[in-house]
Amino acid sequence: MLAREGLLATLTGPLLERNPVTLQILGICSALAVTTSLDTALTMSVSLTIVLVLSAAIVSLIRRHIPGTIRLIVQIVIVASLVIVIDQVLQAYFFDISQRLSVFVGLITTNCLVLGRTESFARSNPVLPSVVDALGNGLGYSLVLIVIAALRELFGAGKLLGHVVLPLAEEGGWFTPLSLMLLAPSAFFLLGGLVWALRSVLPEQAEAPEVTPPEPQEPR
Amino acid sequence: MGDLGRLFLNAMFVENMPLSFFLGLCTFLALSRRPATALGLGIAMIGVMGLTVPLNQLIYSHVLAPGAWGWAGRPDIDLSYLNLLAFIGLIAATVQLLEMVIERFFPAIHAAFGVFLPLLTVQCAILGGSLFMVERRYDLSESLVFGLGSGAGFALAVVMLSAIRSRLSYADLPDGLRGLGITFILAGMMSLGFSSFAQMVAQ
Repeated sequence: MLAREGLLATLTGPLLERNPVTLQILGICSALAVTTSLDTALTMSVSLTIVLVLSAAIVSLIRRHIPGTIRLIVQIVIVASLVIVIDQVLQAYFFDISQRLSVFVGLITTNCLVLGRTESFARSNPVLPSVVDALGNGLGYSLVLIVIAALRELFGAGKLLGHVVLPLAEEGGWFTPLSLMLLAPSAFFLLGGLVWALRSVLPEQAEAPEVTPPEPQEPR
Repeated sequence: MGDLGRLFLNAMFVENMPLSFFLGLCTFLALSRRPATALGLGIAMIGVMGLTVPLNQLIYSHVLAPGAWGWAGRPDIDLSYLNLLAFIGLIAATVQLLEMVIERFFPAIHAAFGVFLPLLTVQCAILGGSLFMVERRYDLSESLVFGLGSGAGFALAVVMLSAIRSRLSYADLPDGLRGLGITFILAGMMSLGFSSFAQMVAQ
């Protein structure tokens, strides 16, 4: 029973409290570029979660056989091979989305989130907890991606997954799209706002000030 | 000048790696607290990208690309699906080699940014540069210019961001915004500024 609660905490912890993107700054490299529309973000989330879970399982299975000195190379090779498989599958069955994701599927290889989890968790834990931890982190990453992508697509184009939600003014509706939402800066602003909101709700996540300002001196 | 010069400016300003493609953000955000470390990271990025993108171009065009084995009578071999493994391997080797050379001949520089060099192996911007090179079919000279330009753009952006952050370290921000939150918003504003460079390079 206790073990099951531990697993549950491993799974749900990374969703909000220890979210890999907003708290640990892992894996944002690819998180922002694919969020202009919801379907690319969903594809990216699914791909990343699959790679993360499988690489955690493999690394955890052979963790006693990897020499410490070359473990990074071994992990990178495992991750890169999995990414190649995912990339080929996407090109074969979802060619359209794979074209729009361009290089970002390949960049899952260097996603700090994958290496971070295999290095810090899967390398020193049995298979089941590693897989659960990877799944939790993958879902936490997906959650952030989907929230940002939904906001950007909704306000940038008035659509969700290609379906019109807010009728556009040009087509007889009332909504004028904010084209800024489709450009790069808005992803930064939205993620910054999300981090701010999350840390206001969970104040223990806020970072301590790096320097304390000197006390104001009395004018002489 | 001409096309190559335009490509350099384009890679440095318009297609800035962290600010318009979101590549390399992990190190971009984590190592931009102080201008001195940011400068070290930037110089390392210029060196590594200037080396790896052309080297990967050579590997891709002579070994991996469809038809690259035509001289051996096997034009049907297409190894391009192996590009990720080959690129990552070459980047890791280059970074390792660069670190050893710098440690041997320039110990002062090595002490300045020694810790960042190994980290660059898993830097999205470096691998991304090589993948863009494949996608856009750059030749050798173009990929050299593209690599140097992207590295210079990264260096410029990270030094600027670290300067703003060290300026802001005394600012009285709301608790939730301190650290990561405000850095994202700063990066967003810089990205807004950089997007106006798009008009600078004549299309």
